Amino acid sequence: MSLIRLNHVKKSFAGKEGQVDAVVDVNLAVEKGEIFGIVGYSGAGKSTLIRLLNGLETATAGEVLVGDQNVAQLKGKELRAYRKNAGMVFQHFNLLWSRTVEENILLPLEIAGYPAAERQKRAIELIQLVGLEGRENAYPSQLSGGQKQRVGIARAVANQPAILLCDEATSALDPQTTDEVLELLVDINRKLQLTIVLITHEMHVIRKICHKVAVMEKGRIVETGTVGEVFRNPQEEVTKRFVHQELLPEEYNETSQEYLIENYAQGDIIQLHFQGEQAKKPVISQAIKKYDIDINVLQGKLQQTQDGSFGTLVVQIVGNQNERAKAIEFFKEKGVGMEVLHHE
Amino acid sequence: MNKSFTEIYFDWSQLDAAAFKQAFIDTMVMTIISMVLVAILGLGLGLLLYYLSKSNRKSAKLSYTLVSIVSNVFRSTPFIILIVLIIPLTRLLLGTFLGATAAIPALVLSAIPFYARLVEIAFREVDQGVIEAAESMGASQFQLIGKVLLPESKPALLSGLTVTTITMIGFTAMAGAIGAGGLGGLAYQDGFQRNRLTVTLFATVFLLLIVFLIQWLGDSAVKRSDKR
Repeated sequence: MSLIRLNHVKKSFAGKEGQVDAVVDVNLAVEKGEIFGIVGYSGAGKSTLIRLLNGLETATAGEVLVGDQNVAQLKGKELRAYRKNAGMVFQHFNLLWSRTVEENILLPLEIAGYPAAERQKRAIELIQLVGLEGRENAYPSQLSGGQKQRVGIARAVANQPAILLCDEATSALDPQTTDEVLELLVDINRKLQLTIVLITHEMHVIRKICHKVAVMEKGRIVETGTVGEVFRNPQEEVTKRFVHQELLPEEYNETSQEYLIENYAQGDIIQLHFQGEQAKKPVISQAIKKYDIDINVLQGKLQQTQDGSFGTLVVQIVGNQNERAKAIEFFKEKGVGMEVLHHE
Repeated sequence: MNKSFTEIYFDWSQLDAAAFKQAFIDTMVMTIISMVLVAILGLGLGLLLYYLSKSNRKSAKLSYTLVSIVSNVFRSTPFIILIVLIIPLTRLLLGTFLGATAAIPALVLSAIPFYARLVEIAFREVDQGVIEAAESMGASQFQLIGKVLLPESKPALLSGLTVTTITMIGFTAMAGAIGAGGLGGLAYQDGFQRNRLTVTLFATVFLLLIVFLIQWLGDSAVKRSDKR
């Protein structure tokens, strides 16, 4: 059975202009040991959703099951005990400026009431885990963003929780630091067998480290699946936008498509979508050898994910109509996703 | 007989070392005891105000308004009137309304609401995200206060206490005028009323020195505690 199950979860707030439904009828299952990403634009309800998982928000209706507990119904002492089992990492780090790196990491251990000697031992392990040796006595104001988030992560896993919740954990970091922090999360996921639920508005984060993804829009989960499935075959409009943002070359847009069609009028222009295994096979060179055609690569982007590589290539196929049709059929056979942009 | 300014303000024969020493001690006693009481009680009241203002319950909102009104009344009543007004209470508590200790109830009563308001503001300025982080760790309300709210607002609490203490020194001088002794009493009763302005001047200088000392101590404590 899944570690985390959300059944018909709803969360509404009483706003000044009437009721606001932040989360509307969400169903979700997260397996143990998985990195599960929830992606959505701001205001989609993902911040509220992740806070339902540790009881910082209480569901208006539905069940929030983590292990054998319904978080939506926990209160007081039980809720506090449960929270020790669910670490949280924040976008703005939320470290105590009055405490050093080590003291910040000690905080959850003090709250959980571990004896001093054990706390100290654990803090040293955690500092090593996140690679902050030598910075133990620095104050947060003396750290870079990436270092601060390392402290945030160490602090969140200090009590050896079953789940780790990441609330836009990399959104305040530059691209280089983002990747370092993401690698640390993958590392922790593997080393500690930790289930990670993260929310983000960056498809990059999903692609880099997630196993499964749920796309959220207007308080609902509109699409969910493995990262592979969703990247290869996005169904909803919002998902397509997110996938394109990550898979198409930066300069790609409708205008550039028109530009290509105008300038490469000969033959067919097709967009190929590679995913997982196919991305590793030399299908293009096979097609050239097999059929009497030329293939001209016009645009492309290939990316690596936890689930193999992904990518999009826009190519021009030149040759006689018959051979071109056969080549297109060949790509289909090989399982390459495709879209014909222009047909001579 | 016309005296020159020098003769009025620097007539050393007027100065009595023993009287100054006693007055200095009285002022310090009034200030320090009041400061300790205000620090503790003001912190408590400030905490109460903070929690009441955060809560969405109707009863909390009503209590907040009530506490605010009461504390505004004590804060806004001119001190010289407050001290006279509560003479019966002072008598009940201490058996007398004269002397240094007798000034303490009035000092404390007027300073607590003032400091409590500063405490409330200090707590409100603690980063909400940090509070949320502690809650996400399963902190109890006591742990939240002890481990997050107090340490994260320490510089503001200390600077607030410094301001409050300095205000209280001013009030001790006023209390001195109506029988509480101290440097204020010396300046007014021995100095002004007996037309010995050298005493008034030097009592004032001593008061200012105490104020400067406390400001300096407060500022350096704030600086030391702030790691932002």
